[in-house]
Amino acid sequence: MFGKIIGWIDDRIPMTRVWNMHIAQYPAPKNFNFWYFFGSLAMLVLVNQIVTGIWLTMNFVPSAEGAFASVEYIMRDVEYGWLLRYLHSTGASAFFIVVYLHMFRGMIYGSYQKPRELLWLFGMFIFLALMAEAFMGYLLPWGQMSFWGAQVIISLFGAIPVIGDDLTLWIRGDYVISGATLNRFFALHVIALPLVIVILVFLHIVALHEVGSNNPDGVEIKRKKGSVAEEDKPKFKFHEYYTNKKDIVDAIPFHPYYTVKDIVGVVGFLILFCWVVFFMPAMNGFFLEAPNFEAANPLKTPEHIFPVWYFTPFYAILRAIPDKLIGVIAMGASIVVLALLPWIDRGSVRSIRYRCGLHKLNIAQFVVTFVILGWVGATPQTDFKTLLSQITTVTYFMFFVLLFVYSKNEKTKPLPTRLTK
Amino acid sequence: MMKKLIIGLFALLPTLTMAAGPSVPLMDANIDLKDNASLQRGAKLFMNYCLGCHQMQYQRYERTFRDIGIPTEIGQEQLIFDGSKVGSHIKNAIAKDDAAKWFGAAPPDLTLVARVRGTDWIYTYLKSFYKDESRPFGVNNIVFPSVGMPHVLQELQGLPTPITEEVEEHGHTVTKVVGTETDGTGEMSDDEYDRAARDLTNFLAYVGEPSRLESEALGLKVIGFLVILFILAFMLKKEYWRDVH
Amino acid sequence: MSNAPVDNGRRRFLTIATSVVGGVGAAGAAVPFIASWNPSERAKSAGAPVEVDISKLEPGQLIRVEWRGKPVWVINRTPKMLEQMKAHEGQLRDPASEEPQQPESSTNEYRSQRPEIFVAVGICTHLGCSPSFLQGGFGEKVEGTDDGFFCPCHGSKFDMAGRVFQSVPAPLNLEIPPYTFLDDTTILVGEEKGAA
Repeated sequence: MFGKIIGWIDDRIPMTRVWNMHIAQYPAPKNFNFWYFFGSLAMLVLVNQIVTGIWLTMNFVPSAEGAFASVEYIMRDVEYGWLLRYLHSTGASAFFIVVYLHMFRGMIYGSYQKPRELLWLFGMFIFLALMAEAFMGYLLPWGQMSFWGAQVIISLFGAIPVIGDDLTLWIRGDYVISGATLNRFFALHVIALPLVIVILVFLHIVALHEVGSNNPDGVEIKRKKGSVAEEDKPKFKFHEYYTNKKDIVDAIPFHPYYTVKDIVGVVGFLILFCWVVFFMPAMNGFFLEAPNFEAANPLKTPEHIFPVWYFTPFYAILRAIPDKLIGVIAMGASIVVLALLPWIDRGSVRSIRYRCGLHKLNIAQFVVTFVILGWVGATPQTDFKTLLSQITTVTYFMFFVLLFVYSKNEKTKPLPTRLTK
Repeated sequence: MMKKLIIGLFALLPTLTMAAGPSVPLMDANIDLKDNASLQRGAKLFMNYCLGCHQMQYQRYERTFRDIGIPTEIGQEQLIFDGSKVGSHIKNAIAKDDAAKWFGAAPPDLTLVARVRGTDWIYTYLKSFYKDESRPFGVNNIVFPSVGMPHVLQELQGLPTPITEEVEEHGHTVTKVVGTETDGTGEMSDDEYDRAARDLTNFLAYVGEPSRLESEALGLKVIGFLVILFILAFMLKKEYWRDVH
Repeated sequence: MSNAPVDNGRRRFLTIATSVVGGVGAAGAAVPFIASWNPSERAKSAGAPVEVDISKLEPGQLIRVEWRGKPVWVINRTPKMLEQMKAHEGQLRDPASEEPQQPESSTNEYRSQRPEIFVAVGICTHLGCSPSFLQGGFGEKVEGTDDGFFCPCHGSKFDMAGRVFQSVPAPLNLEIPPYTFLDDTTILVGEEKGAA
């Protein structure tokens, strides 16, 4: 009976074929480590944001008069409204933590290198869409930080020569941030951008499955047809879509091996996530900023304005440069340059494990740079911190310049022929 | 190595302080949201001394009574002074424009003040009024200089006199108020007033986030459940991966 | 790859155990989402019982109050109205109020706690219009009965106890809400105190 129903469906849509091709008989390298949890975790957080977001719209009032009060209505009057809201607000920060770690994984194992350039680019577009989504979502509670944060960020567009001022006016739809701005941000936040993100995630996965996953060794598991001896081939069955074209080594089917492994990662993540949601949703002012518990007031600027923590590294680059236009350009460039990684890195060895010592140092300094920038961007400016942000802005871009230079004739370690461990 | 470094840096994030920090050291409010007696005393203080000017426009009486253990009938009789229905928001009748005229600025809503300012700040603020004839209401405050509010708890605390100190600042010597001393004209002793300030702070902290206790109770159960699921999932993974290793 | 035999029993047990516990978790996660659709504190507060002052309600007069967004009628019925109600019982669908359209305390010939004071939800049981009170003008609808309610939408007719006449679209008598006499001149609509 069950088989008959499956058969009936399979005659009409390729359900079993897709399941086998992309899950049950999809060849994944057998040596994924800790860093490979963050892709599936990003998916989990995306689902969390969409579901809790839908539930929040049921009670949120998108107007300058009603927004702040409706958030407090959700927090106090709606049954479990506080939980839905904290899941969404904590989820926003969790999304960026997970995505930053996911991107870092791509950097250390060279997952952006040929033939995965498009996969990386789709990922960068997701990152951009996510930043826009987060920025617009942050205006919606209509607190002081919502208002003034948006004011500052939108003013950045004013730095663009000639059209700048008209552009900021057009984005706001008013002379200040107002109900008009709130309503358009609401529309984009709940409909347009989620749609874009979901489509991009779909394309990201399509691209991933076409070229296959990279792995911590950065050694391809797909070999030339006929080049692998029968006894070296894995004992698992993979879909003929993959085996017809290539011989495959050191792979295991995604299901059940990585599904059961990802469940462990998901539950482990949920323990940390729930700990924040239930016990410290404001995260010392990092996830929910204290001034945002005061309703937006166009006549009173909070003492210190910061973007939420996930924007602060880029914000610090903006502030490091005393010229507004050049600052905006530098901030934009700091994101664009990430997207160009596949072409900046001219090396042929992917994984940090087999690359030169300079590369390891370079990545380490990039991590330190990124964290310092994030800290400087999240705290009030002092002379020392301005200097620090200028130094780290240089080292941020230096990472890419150095990579471009040394990757051409890099002295690498010999690659293993098979995956290690 | 890299992995540990990153995790370590992320773990460090919450310990960094966000703001520059107030120029005045704050006292420790040391509140206890589980102490219903304290919350009830705090609610009474709020209704008697604060509600005249400050609203809690997002919080309802009924919910408040239920959460801090006051029977509805008793709450209605003893804590609702304007005949409001028990299901209504905790509001007063003064018009915002009038209030702005009297005090220079409309008295802020206090529903979320504990989340904006923090409980230590509120506790310190309540204990930092001092006599200052130059101000319109005859008082000033250490943590909120030039405050536009009278010392409404004066009948309880009395009128504290400032303790000053000469401090070097930018090459000048300035007189700074560093503490206060009660003058003994209040109904309460110093210890009693400390307790009243703590009770009021406790109540404001509760109203700032009424779901706090419910959240922590539920959170423990959820995390306990997830730990069990984690153990099962981990064993399942180990079992399947015997095929691979 | 090890050559140890696969322990299918253990594998099956762990799969089922994880699925069951995971399923319980998913069901638990659904609870807040489902519960959030219940009436909020605001809705409950707005739907709280309403006090009605009837000290100025003259004989024959009807006042409307709003309770949970619905019109509730309070009428001071005259002796004549009460008298005429008995005459047309043969033309009613449910003269003895057998359908559960009223609380226990109003299940009597007047469908009220006190004969003269009638409290009812003023919504036609057909499709939810609010019937008109035809004071003195009901005789042309039903002979021998001067007062009653007539629904303008589909012509349903009710007598002064909210009982529906035969051969009209409305199937049931008008609903009587729970209410309490707090004292002789005040009614609390929406809650019956002291009721079992």
